[in-house]
Amino acid sequence: MALASEILVTVLILVGTFFLFVGSLGLAKLPDLMRRLHAPTKATTLGIGALLIASMLWFDLVHDALSFHEVLIALFLFMTAPVSAHVIAKAHILRDAPTRATLPPAQTSGWATLEPHPADPRER
Amino acid sequence: MRSRVLPHPILSVVVAVVWVALANDLSAASLVFGIVLGIGVPLFTACYWPERPIVKRPLVMLEYAAVVAWDIVVSNIEVARLILFRRGSTLRSLFVTVPLELTTPEAVTVLTGTITMTPGTVSADLSADGRSVLVHCLDAGDPDAVVRQIKTRYERRLKEIFE
Repeated sequence: MALASEILVTVLILVGTFFLFVGSLGLAKLPDLMRRLHAPTKATTLGIGALLIASMLWFDLVHDALSFHEVLIALFLFMTAPVSAHVIAKAHILRDAPTRATLPPAQTSGWATLEPHPADPRER
Repeated sequence: MRSRVLPHPILSVVVAVVWVALANDLSAASLVFGIVLGIGVPLFTACYWPERPIVKRPLVMLEYAAVVAWDIVVSNIEVARLILFRRGSTLRSLFVTVPLELTTPEAVTVLTGTITMTPGTVSADLSADGRSVLVHCLDAGDPDAVVRQIKTRYERRLKEIFE
């Protein structure tokens, strides 16, 4: 039993490090900012997720000590990763004219980064 | 549903659960203190919450979480394959506009977050009137399929949950 759970934890750690590595590789390899943004937002969630599950299993199965604060780390990652990616993309759109030229039109108004009024749709 | 003791029931539950998870301890002591915080914090911060998100169908949330978790695994493998086996310059990256039917800020926030976490898409911007999302696809053969997937897989469920 102890051996089986150690093998399970090892596999999860290997999977996690693989996806973290791919995420970093993509960040270095892809040609422009918008494409580079894809690598760290996705590859790292599964990478970190697998490492956190490995950590929980390690304490729950091997050490018989209940551990679940890893869930919080995952939760915070899931909330912060999309927000920071969104802000980086907005900054890129604002500063990079060639990217701006490739944007499709929005439906009824301009994109918020380029046309920042009105601020809140509920205030109208 | 604004009782005086529990002005924000969802926040109360979140604070209590986060406290117990931070303490990493399921003992009675941390549970009681978590509940005390869960009641106390919303009481003292109630004036900073002029509006509360309404969750109409909490059970659909579980279904949504399961769908998103599955899609995150799929998207990771997909993106890993693109990074490892394709030259970056051959990826057909483009921006697409996704029209929104959602109107509540909470639902739109969850949707844009989900778009970033799932297969080959990153949400890049909202329109000024909040009616469409700008989505960047890493490798899109068929942009319409991306839009259709976002609308049927995520937006439909979020509309059930929040609106």
